[in-house]
Amino acid sequence: MDNNMPLIALMGNPNTGKTAIFNLLTGMNQKVSNYPGITVEQRRGNAQLKENCAVQIMDMPGTYSLTPESLDEKIVAQQTLKWLNGIDRTAAIISVVDAGNLSRNLYLTSQVMDLGIPVIIALNMMDRVMQKNQNIDGIKLQKMLGVQAVVPMSAREKWGIEELQTELLNVIKLENSEISSHLQIKIPKEIEKIINPISEFLIDKNNYDNYITNIQALRIITRKSALELYSECENLNGAEIKSLTLLRDNVAFEIDELGMNHRILEATLRFDMLDRALNDQNLIIQNEIKQISRSERVDKILTHKWVGPLIFIALLYGIFQSIFTWATIPMQYIDSGVGYLGNYCVQIFSPGILRDLLVEGIISGVGAILIFLPQILILMFFMTILEDTGYMARVAFMMDKLMNKIGLHGKSVLPLMSGYACAIPGIMATRTIDSWKERLITIIVLPLISCSARLPVYTLMIGAFIPNKPILGFLNLQGLTMVLMYFLGTVTAMVIAAIISRFIEEKGKSSFVMEMPPYRMPLAVSLFRQVYTRGKLFVINAGKIIMAISIVLWFLASFPKPESDEVTFSIQNSYAGKIGHAIEPLIAPLGFDWKIGVGLITSFAAREVMVSTLATLYNVEDEGDDFVGITEALKNEVNPLTGLPRYTPLVALSIMVFYVYAAQCMATFAIVKNETNSWKWPLIMIVYMTGLAYIGSLLVYQGGQFLGFV
Amino acid sequence: MSIKQLHHLLPGESAKIISFHTDLTLQSRLVEMGILPGVEIRLMKKGPFKGPIEIKVRGYEVALRYKDAMHINVS
Repeated sequence: MDNNMPLIALMGNPNTGKTAIFNLLTGMNQKVSNYPGITVEQRRGNAQLKENCAVQIMDMPGTYSLTPESLDEKIVAQQTLKWLNGIDRTAAIISVVDAGNLSRNLYLTSQVMDLGIPVIIALNMMDRVMQKNQNIDGIKLQKMLGVQAVVPMSAREKWGIEELQTELLNVIKLENSEISSHLQIKIPKEIEKIINPISEFLIDKNNYDNYITNIQALRIITRKSALELYSECENLNGAEIKSLTLLRDNVAFEIDELGMNHRILEATLRFDMLDRALNDQNLIIQNEIKQISRSERVDKILTHKWVGPLIFIALLYGIFQSIFTWATIPMQYIDSGVGYLGNYCVQIFSPGILRDLLVEGIISGVGAILIFLPQILILMFFMTILEDTGYMARVAFMMDKLMNKIGLHGKSVLPLMSGYACAIPGIMATRTIDSWKERLITIIVLPLISCSARLPVYTLMIGAFIPNKPILGFLNLQGLTMVLMYFLGTVTAMVIAAIISRFIEEKGKSSFVMEMPPYRMPLAVSLFRQVYTRGKLFVINAGKIIMAISIVLWFLASFPKPESDEVTFSIQNSYAGKIGHAIEPLIAPLGFDWKIGVGLITSFAAREVMVSTLATLYNVEDEGDDFVGITEALKNEVNPLTGLPRYTPLVALSIMVFYVYAAQCMATFAIVKNETNSWKWPLIMIVYMTGLAYIGSLLVYQGGQFLGFV
Repeated sequence: MSIKQLHHLLPGESAKIISFHTDLTLQSRLVEMGILPGVEIRLMKKGPFKGPIEIKVRGYEVALRYKDAMHINVS
C-alpha cells in the first residue's frame, strides 16, 4: 500500500459499528496485519474519495477511554501518546459514535479532540434513534464540541457514507492552522495548583501545551496503568519513574484531602462538562433508563436463571452436530483433491528426492491441516454469528460466576469454545479478557479442549476397537466413547484452571464490566468477511509451521537411505524408526509399541499426522489413506512375543487418553509464545500436558490390565 | 432516601449513584463508561448465585460482578 497517502484513524467505543464503517469506506481493499511485536490485529485499507484523492484508513481497536484496561485498549492509548509527540500523526480522526448512546460515547471523543488532530464525528446508528421518533441536530452538536464535522449516518442501512467521504476530503485539504478550538475541560484553579508538580515534570519532558499538560497530569493520577503507559512510551528511566510515582502519590493524596476522588477526577470533570453542554443544547434524550428495550424483553428468556443455560447447551449441541455433519463432504473433497495433486506431481516430476519431499513431505503435511479447514470455518461461522448478534456477551454474563470460581473469566467462554475447533484461534480470542491472570489461565488450559485434529485419531481407534453396541437402548458405545473423550478434556481443563489459579499472581485486579450490546441481526457481508479473514490467518499461521515440521519429519522418516539398491527401504531403519525403537521402553508401560512411538513423535507437527504415520508404517499407501486399510492392519497386527493381537480395546483407550492430554501441536505453542511474550508458559504447558498424558495412559492401561481387561 | 448498596436493589428498581467505596479499583473504568456519582441507573437483572448484576445507565446496558456492586452506594 502507498505510504504517501494521508492516514486517517478510525476510533470509537466497542459496539459502535466501527468495523462496518471501515468496510464501507474501504470496500475489499484492506489488509489485516499484526502490530509489531504483539499479535493484535491491525486493519488498514485504502478509501477512494472524490477528486481523485485516496486516503489510508486505520481501524483501531474499540475502547472506552485513552487509559487502557486491556491489551486491545493499550494499543490505542500508546498510539495517541505517539501522536501527541508528533510521531506518525494522522491527518484526521473519525470518531465513531453510537447516536443512541450519545453521552457515553462522547467521553472518548472529547479525549480524542484534545489531541489537536482534526476530528470528524460519524454519528452512527441514526436509524435506531429515528425509529424512536427522535433526532439529533448534527450541526448543533458540531458547534457545541468544536469538531470539524458531524455526519449523521447508518452503516447498517448504508446511508451517510458519501457525506462522510466529502467531509474527509474537506479535512484533508485543510491547513493545520485551521483547526477550530474545541470544547475543553475547565480545570478548577485549586486542582490545577495541586497537580502542578506533575505538570512541571511533563513540561520538562514533552512539548505539550498548557492544556494538554494538565490533561495528561490528570490522567496519570487516575490509575497505575496510565502512569505505566506514560513511562513506557516516554522511555523513562528508573529514577524518573520513581520520582513521577512519588509525585503522583502526593498529588493523589492531596486531592483526596480536598474531599475529591483522584481515581475518578478526569472522568468527573469531563462528564460534568459534556452532560452540562448536552443539556444546555437540548441534545439529551430524556429518561432513557426507564425504557424497557426489545433486548431486555428477549433477555428475560435467553438469560433466564434456568432456561438461559439450557438454551445455551442446546445451541452448543446444535453447533457441534452441524460441524460434524456439514463438514464431511467438503472434507472428502479436500482429501481427494490433495490426493489428486500428489498423484499429479508424481506423474509430472521425475522420481527423486525432490519429488518425494514435495509429495510425501509438503503436500501430505499441509494437506493434513487443510482437511480441517471446513470444520474450522463452520465453527468460526457460528462463533461469529453468536458474537455479532450480541449473544456471546450474554453467555459471558451467565457463565462469569461459574468461570470465576475456577479462576477464569466470563469472557473465557468464547475462546474455550473455539478450542473445540482449534486452539489457535481460541488463544488469539483471549485478548479481550482484561485481566492478565484470567487470560493466561485460559490460554494454559485451552489446548486440553479436544480440537478437531484429535478427531481422526479418535475416529480411527473407536472404529477399529470399540464395538458398535447399543447401551441403555438409545445410546451407542462408540458414540459414548467419543463423547467421553471430549468430556475428559473439558473437565480436566476446568480442574487444572482451578489448581493453577492458586499459583499465578495477579497483575492488577480482575474485573468484569461488560456492556450488553442490543441484539441485532448480523450483516451477511461482514459475517463472511470475518470468517474469511480468520480462516486465512489460520491457514497462514498454522501452515507455515506445519510445512516446516512436515519437511523435517519427512527427512527423519526417509533417511538414511539403504546403501545398496537391493535392500528395500524400511522405515524401521530410518531416523524416525530408530527414535521410535529408542523410546519404546518408555512407552511400553502405556501399551504402545515403536510404531505408535513414531506416531507420537510425528504428531508434534499436528495430531492428525498420527493417522497418516500409521498408514505409512503399515505400508498401506497403495490404498490411499483409506481408513479401512489402517483399521484392518491395526486389527491384524500380532505381538511377536505373545502371539496375541497387538492392539486391544484397552490399548486403543490408552492411546485416546494420551491424545486427549498430550502437548502435540507445535503451532499452538508458537502462538502461546507470541501471545505471552515468553517461552516460559509454552514450556510449562508442554511439561504439564505431557505429564498428564503419560500418567493418564499409564492409569488406563495398567489399571485396565489389573482389572482383567486385555 | 436511605443509602444502600447497588446489590440491594430489586430488579426493576431505579436509583442514583452516590459514591464508590475506596476498595473498588474498578471505579476508574466505571466512570469512563459514564457510571459516576449523580447518575441514575436501573437494576435490570441479577444473575443466580450472586452472579453478575445487569444495570441500565445512560441508555445502554452493562453487567458488573456482585462483589463490585457491593462497593457502589446508591440511594
